[in-house]
Amino acid sequence: MSLQLPTYPQPDERGRFGRFGGRYVPETLIPALDELQAAYTEARNDPAFLNELDRLLKDFVGRPSGLYLAQRLTEHAGGAKIYLKREDQNYTGAHKINNCLAQALLAKRMGKQRVIAETGAGQHGVASATAAALLGLECIVYMGAEDIRRQALNVFRMKLLGAEVREVTSGTSTLKDATNEAIRDWVTNVRDTFYILGSVVGPHPYPAMVRDFQSIIGEEVKVQHQALEGRAVPDAIVACVGGGSNAIGIFAPFAYLPEHERPLLIGTEAAGEGVESGKHAASVAGGRVGVLHGAMMYLLNDDEGQIVPPHSISAGLDYPGIGPEHCLYSETGVAQYVPVTDAQALDALQLLTRLEGIIPALETAHAIHAAVNLARTMRPDQTVVVNLSGRGDKDVAEVMRLLDLGREQDAAPAPRTPEVHA
Amino acid sequence: MTATLTPTTPGAARLHAAFARAKQEGRAAFIPFMTAGYPTAQAFPAVADALLGQADILEVGIPYSDPLGDGPTIQRASEQALAGGTSTRHTLALVRELRSRHDTPIVIMTYVNPIYAVGPREFMRLAQEAGVDGLILPDLPPDQDLEIADLAAEHGMAVTFLIAPTSTPARVKLVAEACTGFLYAVSVTGVTGTREGSALNEVPAMLALARQYARVPVAVGFGVKDAETAAQVAQVADGVVVGSAFINAVKAGQDVGALAASIREGCTQN
Repeated sequence: MSLQLPTYPQPDERGRFGRFGGRYVPETLIPALDELQAAYTEARNDPAFLNELDRLLKDFVGRPSGLYLAQRLTEHAGGAKIYLKREDQNYTGAHKINNCLAQALLAKRMGKQRVIAETGAGQHGVASATAAALLGLECIVYMGAEDIRRQALNVFRMKLLGAEVREVTSGTSTLKDATNEAIRDWVTNVRDTFYILGSVVGPHPYPAMVRDFQSIIGEEVKVQHQALEGRAVPDAIVACVGGGSNAIGIFAPFAYLPEHERPLLIGTEAAGEGVESGKHAASVAGGRVGVLHGAMMYLLNDDEGQIVPPHSISAGLDYPGIGPEHCLYSETGVAQYVPVTDAQALDALQLLTRLEGIIPALETAHAIHAAVNLARTMRPDQTVVVNLSGRGDKDVAEVMRLLDLGREQDAAPAPRTPEVHA
Repeated sequence: MTATLTPTTPGAARLHAAFARAKQEGRAAFIPFMTAGYPTAQAFPAVADALLGQADILEVGIPYSDPLGDGPTIQRASEQALAGGTSTRHTLALVRELRSRHDTPIVIMTYVNPIYAVGPREFMRLAQEAGVDGLILPDLPPDQDLEIADLAAEHGMAVTFLIAPTSTPARVKLVAEACTGFLYAVSVTGVTGTREGSALNEVPAMLALARQYARVPVAVGFGVKDAETAAQVAQVADGVVVGSAFINAVKAGQDVGALAASIREGCTQN
């Protein structure tokens, strides 16, 4: 057996990482969560399940993804070496497929023929639809109307893969509302439906289970960094955080190392138009502790507990909360979470594209921005690994729109400066 | 972990008395629900008055932006109430106003985030001041936060947790023992809302199980929409909760008081 699932610290008996997490859901779902927990515990120790997952990750997804030295980006920053963990090389274009395949296999094992998923940018939806097609499962994807507009290509992909995309028009018509709708569907059809949750959020055991499934990213980094640099642990790791699944996937294998061996872990939150503007999705920098989608976490909510609509240039980061394990990392100083604005992300996207020939997703561009700034402050013998969580194909139409918008604004008549007469 | 047993509170006593009165009249207690601030903050008190004219207990919902346990009817009502400026503190002020005119017990339905945002202690203080008798917490399984029930008790209120058709006997026991007001049995796997036809076949077995453990009255809700479905439920339950049907009635401009009177009639136990 070549694949083993990691044994990082599990949440406590109430499903919490410190004070975060838990199971704040309608009682209807509690037995289903218990059932899922039991099935997952059994599956993760079953060679048949692990072998099948291993085979699919290798032959279907194309793992391991590369750890690539970004030479021109490194030169540009002028400090530490910048490595890119190439999750964009995965089939379907992002890290999401790792978790979806594992959960879909689990669904099949549990005898559930119907799977549901929520999606923001569409990457998790596409990955769920792909896994469902591969394994012969019925798939329904909930997606906000606003995201359907922003991500038309992924919507078409899901339909082509045989999934039904259900448009959500409640609330802000984005990811949080799609998640509400998926949970409502699950409450209603819990007996025959498996909910493929896309990030390290939601009620226990999802945050820990999704972490375990995504941690293959960080585990591969250890091996690859060892081969390239003669040591398993990089000096710093940077990843973007919405709910936080790609970040936890690359952080977790390092987060539980003793403090003096642990790399600097940086999560980038979507600061939108700036945390002070109120138009952002930075739950650590601009939120406070609350409960959403079954878990206690840092959350954008007002002083009466109503959820504040998040904003980000990137549909995938447009989520008002952040996974409970990240909350614990933040509270205990294991990782730092820094805000990166829409404009900074858009610049970083163009920078990486022009220097390395890699068009990253808008989500990932947030991490690129922070990694370049960080590398600049470090020595050339040090390394920064950026989780290149996904490729930008899905975003090019939106980026084109945004850049055109920028050009129009540039083209507007500039305030006249008085002519200087010599 | 087992739930802390809370002492009987004035709120619990008032709720239990309301169930007992209804029983004496040969009825299951009639518990209508309305979202606070719906259809508008100005129009809500008249709607609530009409319901209070028929209710044994009134359930008032704090409008919430992300109501996981609710179907489209109550969700849209919440969105409308929020847009009109009603949320947590305003709901409690509205209840306080109702209590100045009515003796009928009032319980608050709220998701937990508004409680945490205001601060559990401050929330309980405000609710007690408003005259709230109990809390219904649809996204709080009792083993997640034992402090909430204790704080409610400290402030004279009762708590109600929910069981569902999917609940195992062990869960039913845990939830039933944690309830101090009444036990709320969800009739179907699903969210709130009226349904085509009746899907109440799972209720009798669930209630038989619940009664083995509950030391409080057992009410049934979700999917009860008219006198006929109320009558079905009343044969096995101590109380009948009706929500979405009243929101729909308000939306359609129907006479809420007349609908309430007919459903109350339907709650007669044979």
